[in-house]
Amino acid sequence: MSDTTQTFQNLAPSAGAKFRQRTLPILIFAAILFAIPMTGPSRTFYTIAHQMGINIVFALSYNMILGKGGLLSFGHAVYFGLGGYLAMHAMNWIEAGSGIWGAVPVFFLPLVGFAGGALAGAIIGWPSCRKAGTTFAMISLGVAELIFAAAFMFDSFFGGEQGISGDRMNGYEMFNLSLGPIDEVYWFIAFWTVVGVIGMWAFTRTPLGKLSEATRDNAQRVQFIGYNPQRVRYLVFIFAGGFAGLAGGMAAVNYEIFTPDALSLVPSGFVLIMAYVGGITYFVGPIFGAILLTYMQSMLSDFTEAWLLYLGVLFIAIVMFAPRGIAGIVFGFFDGLRGDNPGRFLGRWLMRLAGILLMLTGLIVLVEISVRWSNGYGEVYEPFGLHLDITSVLSWVLVILPAVAGVWLTRFASKEEDGQ
Amino acid sequence: METIVFGLLNGVSYGLLLFMLSSGLTLIFSMMGVLNFAHASFYMLGAYFAFTITGSTSFWIALFIAPVLVGLVGAVVERYGLRKVHANGHVAELLFTFGLAYLIEEVVKIIYGKTAVDYRVPDLLNFAAFEIYGATFPAYRIFVIFIAIAMLVGLWFLLKRTRAGLIIQAALTHPHMVGHLGHNVPFIFMTVFGIGCALAGLAGLMAGNIFVTDPAMAVQMGPIVFVVVVVGGIGSLEGAFLASILIGLLQNFAVGINASFADLFGFIGLTEMSEVGSITVSSLAPVLPFLLLVLMLIFRPQGLMGEQEL
Repeated sequence: MSDTTQTFQNLAPSAGAKFRQRTLPILIFAAILFAIPMTGPSRTFYTIAHQMGINIVFALSYNMILGKGGLLSFGHAVYFGLGGYLAMHAMNWIEAGSGIWGAVPVFFLPLVGFAGGALAGAIIGWPSCRKAGTTFAMISLGVAELIFAAAFMFDSFFGGEQGISGDRMNGYEMFNLSLGPIDEVYWFIAFWTVVGVIGMWAFTRTPLGKLSEATRDNAQRVQFIGYNPQRVRYLVFIFAGGFAGLAGGMAAVNYEIFTPDALSLVPSGFVLIMAYVGGITYFVGPIFGAILLTYMQSMLSDFTEAWLLYLGVLFIAIVMFAPRGIAGIVFGFFDGLRGDNPGRFLGRWLMRLAGILLMLTGLIVLVEISVRWSNGYGEVYEPFGLHLDITSVLSWVLVILPAVAGVWLTRFASKEEDGQ
Repeated sequence: METIVFGLLNGVSYGLLLFMLSSGLTLIFSMMGVLNFAHASFYMLGAYFAFTITGSTSFWIALFIAPVLVGLVGAVVERYGLRKVHANGHVAELLFTFGLAYLIEEVVKIIYGKTAVDYRVPDLLNFAAFEIYGATFPAYRIFVIFIAIAMLVGLWFLLKRTRAGLIIQAALTHPHMVGHLGHNVPFIFMTVFGIGCALAGLAGLMAGNIFVTDPAMAVQMGPIVFVVVVVGGIGSLEGAFLASILIGLLQNFAVGINASFADLFGFIGLTEMSEVGSITVSSLAPVLPFLLLVLMLIFRPQGLMGEQEL
């Protein structure tokens, strides 16, 4: 009898382990955000960093329903957009300064966004959360289309095609931040990113967060132990909508404009890709995904116009070969290094990496040549001083050879793993 | 009267096109339990393949070759993509097709350019079939109706009256049992997926020259096809047929109605000046299918003719 209780006590993580696994990562995250302005970053860097912060919160909120709740939504941008719109209106109310709005600092607008998103989640979630799976996915798609269409009908709230704009330099100045210059907006974004991350991390530790995972895995059993899975889904959905609205509020202050495009199917698809590429089975996965994809979105699109094609290839590759996402690859790497035979593991891993890089080389050459051929301006792809014309033999050698070698290498690495 | 006749004719021809698209999807859906997000992309491929083949030979050759090509692409996608993802569950499959839709659109943009291509109705059918109330009805639309009905009959015959159809039907509901009986179930799945894609390709071939053949056509059509499948009920071809016609008629009639909400609900004091009052019924036409989808899922999740709930 006492033995069993003893084992239970030993299973609990020690105070040190708790600190290392739960508090330390967040402290490091906050420290990095705090240290960034000291390096004197450029304006472009700030712009991308702000976008990343917004997307981190947005992708994490999406993962509350996809990864933790098992609900695949095609319309999550609806809550981002509605929260953002409400924050945008609130910003204009602050500017007008009427009533209590005159005393509200712009700094706290993400809270208004949170309320807006949660309210939208509470209204829309009521009919849609009764079922999980494909039903939920289809309702979310239908609702997204409906709201997007409604956005062009109700100009007083959505502002038609040009959307609604505002001015963030109004109202009470919180922490002496006028929010005018971009490095002051940075503190605003950093603060709310950390608040969002901590808030959603804390949510996973609540009984509701645990129940949400249980409902994802087996709704029937949840019902058996006396909880209503519908209500669990509904409550989680409201919180996810709220955090999406928080991200929307951040975006409202950052961009000072909101258009109906923000709640269309395009950002809904993008947040899905961000969360999934990052890894939906890990809490930090969507953070990785948001950082990587935001970077790709803003930097890669300068280098190549086919960046959406690369995005599609990346997404399909993740779905097919690494369903646990980037986070799964990263953690799998460290787990492997700590495993029985790190040397062998590292060897296979490097072999795979080389294979993937080779395949990528072939793909890039192929795509870049094709894009230039498609444009028809007679432009030629010239990486590292090479002259890769569509008719030259060298370009096709550079497409086929690396691709074949890469496929062979990765296959060889997998075979060796199976043979073990 | 004029509105009604034209609404009816256009509605039926559009509905039949929708059915051509959704019949393949509903087969695939009942087979894998997964909505193929890329289905409308195969529809787009059909239109583009037809454009290429029409350019080098003629429309009539394209009519046979383009759907077959699309079907082959579909079979390859199933064999080397979906089958691999299948082990990771439904969400992974759905996401795979979601990514595939992105990919196909980008590849089409590279090969055919970002703007619409000049894919036209063949000269042989480019005349007015008849004239009523001073407006003409194109012969090509009659041809579309004819082909769609022929396809419907053919599909029905294949599924209900042949041995192959019997095995397919069995494999949809009881794949393991069919496998134990010695049939190659993965091969059946691949074939059904290929046929479904070929039907979508056929629809693209027929619709590409009525509407516009551009890289956005998949995105425009995609969600509506889901609506048809869900409203019709899972795996029910009859349901998909009914839903297609229903949505075709609904959209075409709504476009023809000029009344605004103020006219309809004027008796409760709604005026033309207010925002709700100024919405016209015709502007609602594109969203009506989605309204139908949401209402259907809430009140009758099994769809019009479906037996099981989604």
